[in-house]
Amino acid sequence: MLREYGGRQVTVNDEGFMTDANQWTPAIADAIAGEAGLTLTPEHWKVIAFCREDAAREGQPPGLRRISKLSGVGTKELYALFPKGPGKLAARVAGLPKPHGCV
Amino acid sequence: MTTTLLEAPARSAAAPARAPIEHLAIICSKGTLDMAYPGLILANAARMSGIDATLFFTFWGLDIVTKKTVDRLHVPTVGNPSMHIPTLVGGLPGMESLATTMMQKQMEKLDIPPVQEMLEILSDSGARLYACRMAMDMFGRKKEDLVPQVEEVISAMDFFEKAAGAQVLFI
Repeated sequence: MLREYGGRQVTVNDEGFMTDANQWTPAIADAIAGEAGLTLTPEHWKVIAFCREDAAREGQPPGLRRISKLSGVGTKELYALFPKGPGKLAARVAGLPKPHGCV
Repeated sequence: MTTTLLEAPARSAAAPARAPIEHLAIICSKGTLDMAYPGLILANAARMSGIDATLFFTFWGLDIVTKKTVDRLHVPTVGNPSMHIPTLVGGLPGMESLATTMMQKQMEKLDIPPVQEMLEILSDSGARLYACRMAMDMFGRKKEDLVPQVEEVISAMDFFEKAAGAQVLFI
């Protein structure tokens, strides 16, 4: 389905995850975050940048453990940044599919 | 002969949406590696989805959070119907450590951390970990014998208070 984020039409699935990571722009991230009640800070952007880079490299969105191990943002901080479930929210804001892993 | 298929009721906008799970409370009562992971992984998945998680370690589940045993949990090869090997073979020397090593390797491949690290992640994620007072007394363990991620030693009645509003799962 189509949704308007940051003044652009993007395709998302029924869980609200973007289906084409190439349509993503930082303005879209701001809009998706706003929808979840978040205001993005430089720390959020660090996580988002890591998720996008890692997903481009690995072909799948990183799980939380991977983010905390490799991005320099620890588990506690990730939960503070994305209180309503960092597992899904970080990927959604970064315009990536929902991660499959459980850790 | 005609068969009438009952139509599944369509989910209309008027139908009340199913309430999402907000709190998961897991009672971990087994201390083998294959029974430790399910509770820990489920609790972690809950936290990752924004669901509160409370864990209560009781009976052999205490081994999961005891300093001396946390890194030494085993996969049992005798009396474990999921092993699909004859009991006699399972009892041969070395079988248990072989099965344990295999499971640890498999977990590593899936990027699932060792139990100790899993407990750290859970604690950092805001999950609450408690140990059962009665089981502690039964096994003669003290709070200082447990990993620091365990917040408190509490009774079963206390646990039910901590689990208010939760879906309770027994493993």
